[in-house]
Amino acid sequence: MELMVNGQKVEVEPQPGEMLAHVLREQLGLTGTKIGCEEAECGACTVIVDGVPVLSCTYPAARAAGKSVLTIEGLGGLHPLQEEFIRHGAVQCGFCIPGQIMTAYALLQQNSNPSEAEIRQALKDTLCRCAGYPSIIRAVQSAARRLRGEPPLPPVVAPVITEPGKNQPPLQVVGTLQPRPDAVEKVSGTAKFTDDLKFPGMLHARVKRAMVPHAILKRLDVEKARALPGVHAVLTAANIPGEKNHGLVIFDWPIMVGIGERVRYVGDAVAIVAAETRQIATQALDLIEAEYELLEVISDPVRARQPDAPQLHPNGNLLKHIKVRKGDMEQGFAEAEVILEHTFHTAITDHAFMEPECSIARPTEDGRMEIYVGSQIPYADRNQVARALGWPDERVHVIGQLMGGGFGGKEDIAGQIHAALLAHATGRPVKLLFDRHESLLVHPKRHATQIRVKMGAKRDGRLTAVETELYGDTGAYASLGEKVLTRATTHSSGPYEVPHARADCYAMYTNNPPAGAFRGFGVTQSAFAIESMMDMLAHTLQIDPIELRRRNALRIGSVTNTGQVLRESVGLLDCIEIVARELKQRAGDQPFASRTVEGQPHLRRAWGFAVGYKNTGLGGGAPDKAGAEVELYEDGSVEVRTSSAELGQGLVTVLRMIVAEEFALPPERVRVLVMDTDRTPDGGPTTASRQTFVSGNAARYAAQSLREALAASLAEKFDVAPERIRFVEGLAQVNGHSLPLGEVAKIVRQEGRMPKAFYEYWAPKTQPLGTGGDMHFAFSFAAQAAEVEVNTLTGEVSVLEVISAIDVGKAINPLGLQGQFEGGIMMGLGNALTEHFIVENGIVFTDRLARYRMPSIMLTPKITAYAVEHPVEAGPYGAKGVGEIVSIPTTPAITNAIYNAVGVRIDRLPVDQEVIVQELSRA
Amino acid sequence: MSNWTFYHLPQTIEEALAILQNEPHSKVIAGGTDLLLELQQGRHAPVRTLVDLTQIAELQRLEVVDDILWVGAGVPLNRLIAWQPVRQYATALFEAASLIGGPQVRNVATLGGNVAHALPAADGAIALLALDAQVVLATPEGNRTMPLLSCYAGPAKTALQRTEIITAFQVPLSRKGEASAFRRVMRPQGVAIAIQNMGIWLRREEDIIADLRIAVGPAGPIPFRAHRTEEALRGKPLSEVSLANAENALLSEARFRTSPHRATAEYRIHLAGVLLRQTLQIAWERTEKEPEGSSLLVKG
Repeated sequence: MELMVNGQKVEVEPQPGEMLAHVLREQLGLTGTKIGCEEAECGACTVIVDGVPVLSCTYPAARAAGKSVLTIEGLGGLHPLQEEFIRHGAVQCGFCIPGQIMTAYALLQQNSNPSEAEIRQALKDTLCRCAGYPSIIRAVQSAARRLRGEPPLPPVVAPVITEPGKNQPPLQVVGTLQPRPDAVEKVSGTAKFTDDLKFPGMLHARVKRAMVPHAILKRLDVEKARALPGVHAVLTAANIPGEKNHGLVIFDWPIMVGIGERVRYVGDAVAIVAAETRQIATQALDLIEAEYELLEVISDPVRARQPDAPQLHPNGNLLKHIKVRKGDMEQGFAEAEVILEHTFHTAITDHAFMEPECSIARPTEDGRMEIYVGSQIPYADRNQVARALGWPDERVHVIGQLMGGGFGGKEDIAGQIHAALLAHATGRPVKLLFDRHESLLVHPKRHATQIRVKMGAKRDGRLTAVETELYGDTGAYASLGEKVLTRATTHSSGPYEVPHARADCYAMYTNNPPAGAFRGFGVTQSAFAIESMMDMLAHTLQIDPIELRRRNALRIGSVTNTGQVLRESVGLLDCIEIVARELKQRAGDQPFASRTVEGQPHLRRAWGFAVGYKNTGLGGGAPDKAGAEVELYEDGSVEVRTSSAELGQGLVTVLRMIVAEEFALPPERVRVLVMDTDRTPDGGPTTASRQTFVSGNAARYAAQSLREALAASLAEKFDVAPERIRFVEGLAQVNGHSLPLGEVAKIVRQEGRMPKAFYEYWAPKTQPLGTGGDMHFAFSFAAQAAEVEVNTLTGEVSVLEVISAIDVGKAINPLGLQGQFEGGIMMGLGNALTEHFIVENGIVFTDRLARYRMPSIMLTPKITAYAVEHPVEAGPYGAKGVGEIVSIPTTPAITNAIYNAVGVRIDRLPVDQEVIVQELSRA
Repeated sequence: MSNWTFYHLPQTIEEALAILQNEPHSKVIAGGTDLLLELQQGRHAPVRTLVDLTQIAELQRLEVVDDILWVGAGVPLNRLIAWQPVRQYATALFEAASLIGGPQVRNVATLGGNVAHALPAADGAIALLALDAQVVLATPEGNRTMPLLSCYAGPAKTALQRTEIITAFQVPLSRKGEASAFRRVMRPQGVAIAIQNMGIWLRREEDIIADLRIAVGPAGPIPFRAHRTEEALRGKPLSEVSLANAENALLSEARFRTSPHRATAEYRIHLAGVLLRQTLQIAWERTEKEPEGSSLLVKG
């Protein structure tokens, strides 16, 4: 058939059942059109057909005959929309961006001056999980202005408020607005994600999943699948040459479950297939016969801990009992004048990153294996793949690809090992792409928890004792469960000075999908419980909720519940004051009073408040280090290399800015290479809000080392003191002469040295839980307020506005920070209102994106954000972690606001509007 | 196996009917926003031949013919809601169609598909039922017109034959003193279909509801027409007494049931009362003005 694509007549023959997205990507190589769900939910695949935006993942290719199709590649050059998306920081992971831009393009074709409401309507079903929705709206408005011949809008970034007495000398690059190094590719559709790659002879893999939650695999017959024409390999557990299990901390997760072995969740693999096409591989799955002996399903952690529960792992169902002890609980409660106790429940939630997992394994001629994957921990992937193959680590080369979001969900192995086993068996490159359904079933989630809090306080609000008991559902395998729930536990009495504290957490195995890292790392859950309790205490004592927190807030000199004395960088009180001031401006002295809406007596509004804190870095005594290498090239450019991961959060921008700062270079002269285990030094896992701190420091010190080495060479050559050599604007200044940096590189090379420097940065040492001392080298702090509107007739809740102040130490990359601020709030809002990963007796109900809802642009409140800088001495320019803290107080701020509006205390997430109606009718 | 093997794009109804008759394993597809997902997710068995109706000019007709709106069954919803007469003379349909899917989906989704898919709470169908729309069918035996509910055999089960095509809906125009409204309640979690929705058309004479039609979904296996509730209000003023009687009547005749992860029957019963009052009130107020809808706010 014939159609027009981006103005060119093309001739294609759609295959039976083929969708337009597939024809564009596979037949025409236009991979700018992304596939995020294949179920018409996410909008990433939006293209314009005969002038209107449609979802190409569910548009039969045959229907496009004779029509005119416009894709992101067809916008030609950089359209104002593309430029404004970059300038406003609306591009983060970039996976949704082609869909956003095409949808917005269609809007602007029809409406040159859309209102904000019209922009929201148009982008209603084009989801962004980085969730920089406010930036997207501004980018569209700004582009519309330019297209009308008006000046563009300036980008919005959070005002910065620095700790008194800690103002630093102004910096050249750090703290300025810089576009992402990968932004142009991401808005143009030329950015390559793993599924956009093709290799000659590449096979397509699929995985046979158990689909039963708890069983013994009795029989497995793969012969019919092997015999299917086009199938090149079918492998089972018996075909694994190396170790049979994988895992990030504990190797308890079978690569495939073998005959006679235990299936522990529906996503367990029993066989893997590689075939000429994905369709053949899928057919082969249906030909595999597996028989199971079904066993009792453990569906919650409380049941898992009962003595008569079936034992899922050799050491039982208890992954870890985590304990926090401080002071004397008896004394603490005896001193209390009021004691409250309540139990809270939080749900499993899914990262729902826009890009489903994809791995390509490619055997090389020299006997190695290349793995192309977007992974948060490339070196851990290398190790786990090598172990499965029975190889030394160095024989595996992980080549990290752009990642369409991660949020903690791309730390564990997904398809890397399976792809490698199949590539090894067939000698051909193998691509293993998860569809959204498989992604939802398989990868680790956020832990569901049950948290009981018992709190004692004086009548003036000062806390005397906090006791918490947590049950965490870590699902079938450990993943990072112990670490996540340790963080949940240590943070469970909140960012408060509590003289007597005790916390017990039971991290339990169940037959649910594994739970692991997810932005907030356990603290999201415990913050909901403790911040709800603080508001309940404020209500009981008739103390203003802000004042209650002020009285108890951690400050310099405070001792945390793990016995750590805080000596610097505790900006919590400043965050509280900023939000309190903003609240007063909007709502006077009674922001927490319930208000009606004029003419709508069934609508009630109120503000709610919450605070939070979150450690930066691994902590707990784990060695926390990152390596970086910086090299100067003869063209005067500089490259910084580390294996740390870019998942959309903006690390590459931060690294570029730091190196540019140290060399006084224009940032665009600095290239950033990440996530390559041959070419970049180990940056450690991209988790725990740690990379700006550790890899940022590594890059900074590597740059300084290189600068010093260059100065030393020049000093020798020109016979001047090294300290008289300066680096400015891409030049080295020696004795009044200016030498381009490229020349310097040549000079160093002529001396037989390499113009590069490596630095391994070790973060300040931390202490294990239970030993007292510094469990973490830094904490970030936050205060937020949310205004909600509750419909008392239907129970519907909407969030109107959020005010946020976050102590980040130093705002290195303000544009990226804004994206984190906005996206973090949206993720917290989703955690409160929309997201619920439902598993019933081990069976996943929310196995499609249509059943698992993340917040859309329609739910986006007005967001006002402040960056508070209480610098950490050891941090790069004072910076500490950002990625998680931004999201942590949002959920309890919303649920506290609901209580303030209608008097219904939400103690189970997500908010159920039906429960609100029930509670209101009971009252 | 592929979700389909052959894909036809007939240009006329006659051509489409011929394919459907000649190929026993064929099925019509309009926008396909429901059918394609069912095929992709294995909820619908693969189909040998799909007969795509989107190129048939007759199905794209949007016209005011005497005192009815002629709404081609294949008109994409975005085109429908941009058409002034539907806003003006069939406001409930405008409101319902505006709420279906997102913008990209509405660029392909059709009212014909909304009815053929036969869900008991499809927003479009509920509005059409309240507006007393007639369905125009093309069949191998010729065209015929029938009431909307005749298209339904059960939940997600159409009464239409495989070889029959919905070509249009005939929607009576709301005249002076008449107005309609559509409201629904959603849940922020889970599938984006209404927990409860309602369409109401009424004719007002001074302070009396002279006539009305109430459609409710889901309140049974197919879209539900609340005749007894209508009876409780017909000829009555819009008073607390008549509203209370109407609520009782609605609960006595409609079947609200619990669906896991969506709503309990109790919540649905509560919402039905809320929607009855709200939707009636809005329709009532609209009768006070000349029918116009251009300034209507639509919440997504």
